[in-house]
Amino acid sequence: MTTTTTEPARAKPDQTAPLLQLRGVNKSFGAVQVLHDVDLDVRQGRVTALVGDNGAGKSTLIKGIAGIHAFDSGEYTFEGQSVHVTNPKQANALGIEVVYQDLALCDNLDIVQNLYLGREALASGLLDEITMEENAAETLAGLSVRTVKSVRQKVASLSGGQRQTVAIARAVLWNSKLVILDEPTAALGVAQTEQVLRLVRRLADRGLAVILISHNMNDVLAVADDIAVLYLGRMTAQVQTKDVTHNQVVTLITGGALVQKDGHVDVEEAHEDPIDEDAPPPHGTGAQS
Amino acid sequence: MSTSTVPPDQQEQQPTVAALGTSFKDRLQQFLAFASLIVIFVFFSVASPNFFNYANITAILFSTVVIGTLALGTTFVIITGGIDLSIGTGMALCAVISGELIVNAGLPVPLGVLGTILFGGLLGLINGFNIAILKIPPFIATLAMMLVAQGLALVISHSTPIYFSDAPSYIKISTGHLIPALNLPNAVLVFAFLAVVSAVLLNKTILGRYTYSIGSNEEATALSGINTRKWKMVVYALAGLFIGMAGVLISARLGSAQPATGAGYELQAIAAVVIGGTSLAGGKGSIVGTVIGALIISVLNNGLQLMSIPQEWQNVILGCVILVAVYADMARKRAA
Repeated sequence: MTTTTTEPARAKPDQTAPLLQLRGVNKSFGAVQVLHDVDLDVRQGRVTALVGDNGAGKSTLIKGIAGIHAFDSGEYTFEGQSVHVTNPKQANALGIEVVYQDLALCDNLDIVQNLYLGREALASGLLDEITMEENAAETLAGLSVRTVKSVRQKVASLSGGQRQTVAIARAVLWNSKLVILDEPTAALGVAQTEQVLRLVRRLADRGLAVILISHNMNDVLAVADDIAVLYLGRMTAQVQTKDVTHNQVVTLITGGALVQKDGHVDVEEAHEDPIDEDAPPPHGTGAQS
Repeated sequence: MSTSTVPPDQQEQQPTVAALGTSFKDRLQQFLAFASLIVIFVFFSVASPNFFNYANITAILFSTVVIGTLALGTTFVIITGGIDLSIGTGMALCAVISGELIVNAGLPVPLGVLGTILFGGLLGLINGFNIAILKIPPFIATLAMMLVAQGLALVISHSTPIYFSDAPSYIKISTGHLIPALNLPNAVLVFAFLAVVSAVLLNKTILGRYTYSIGSNEEATALSGINTRKWKMVVYALAGLFIGMAGVLISARLGSAQPATGAGYELQAIAAVVIGGTSLAGGKGSIVGTVIGALIISVLNNGLQLMSIPQEWQNVILGCVILVAVYADMARKRAA
């Protein structure tokens, strides 16, 4: 069985319909509403950074997309189809994979065993180690991962960057269409961060849609095509990276709405316009310093 | 560690397909346990004139069977990071059930044996339910089951042994000689068979793979879409099947079901697993190690007995061996 994604022609951004589209998504935990009418577009072949301060709702949004905590209301469209994702298996079946920050791997298992965990290849009821090993080696090679000595190395013996690489490879082994990366570079050194970011970029270049959650603005600006900003549970902006500066993004994260719905950024004038007629941002304006 | 990436213009250089199975480190662990067994074996061969002969070695193997069978199932449980304290008294209860089925209810022997093994599986399943679904810590859940089994064995048998005098074919399960030329009791053959089955289950099936992954990182395993609760129940139920088989083997060997025995076997079985290099923290261990661990215990017991060292001192020595085995394992890991 082939396990690497057959590459679609490099997606031409913007013209194509979004792979994942959320419209008016809400999520509450008890009395606390964490997400308010969130919209999000994620396109193939592009890295969409999801940024926001602590508690802005990034994790909740991701968990909703991944089916861990289903959204309360709103439209969830994937590949143009309206879907209802209520558990992780459904998300996986759609081709959505999440790489969690630190919980993703089993230290005592080797790279192959980790890559195939939960989806082992079987031959007449027994584990088909040869197939798994060959496909694992192929997948790592396909991602230009050359830093691991052997695919039979225990994950415990890998460096932080290598572990993250394995976690990401695990996500793309399954013909996934959308890969969600939760803080992939947290706790990594400079060289390893570089290595992981290059891998993230390669995923998008292979035609996958990538959502990157990060606190590190340098990472975001280096690798993302689009930036979606959550502020207090509202999507205050979704802009293209080329249209914004470092400071503007920071302002969005800390302050709220500066961007109009069509994605047109106008930092000087837009700060008075609520982003959404129905749901003005809570602390809408005047956050510029 | 080198972390430099080779530029994306990739030469078609495939990572070599490494040898299957365990890594060098795991082999070393097994080798150390095996080397200890050899050292102890040679020591007793020199120290006691009655140690190294076919009859005594057969006796050692025979005495390994019950602890070894319990230890096989416990290996799975301990690799998941759990523990099972109910295996000793559970075994006594299963022996009693076997007596009830075969002697008192008059079931044919094969049916009675099957019923006993399944009853053991049920005990394990209840343990698994309490641990995986009710989230009771394994130590407490199986401690409770240990007491329940101990009490039930006495209640069901009215505190009297059940004798299998009228079922000679049952007794043959342990004491017969299926292959006369080999002159090994059947129980040893059964144990060897169970060990091979366990090794295949642990190394070649998804049950084994998930046993390791749950013990290594339960949350990651669950995030991989694996129903960890289900698989934990399966593991405890499997350990229960081994309890049932140990119940059959011990009662066939004694020719009777002894309701008051069983307590203490769980600790010997756990000791065998630990000496064999399985980590109580989970995620690591092997069937080969467990078999060697069980052999070390019975060689020690046998050899010390032949040297006329009192039972009390045998326990002292066994305790020290466990400490040394676990410390050596930890020291090796720190060094690595």
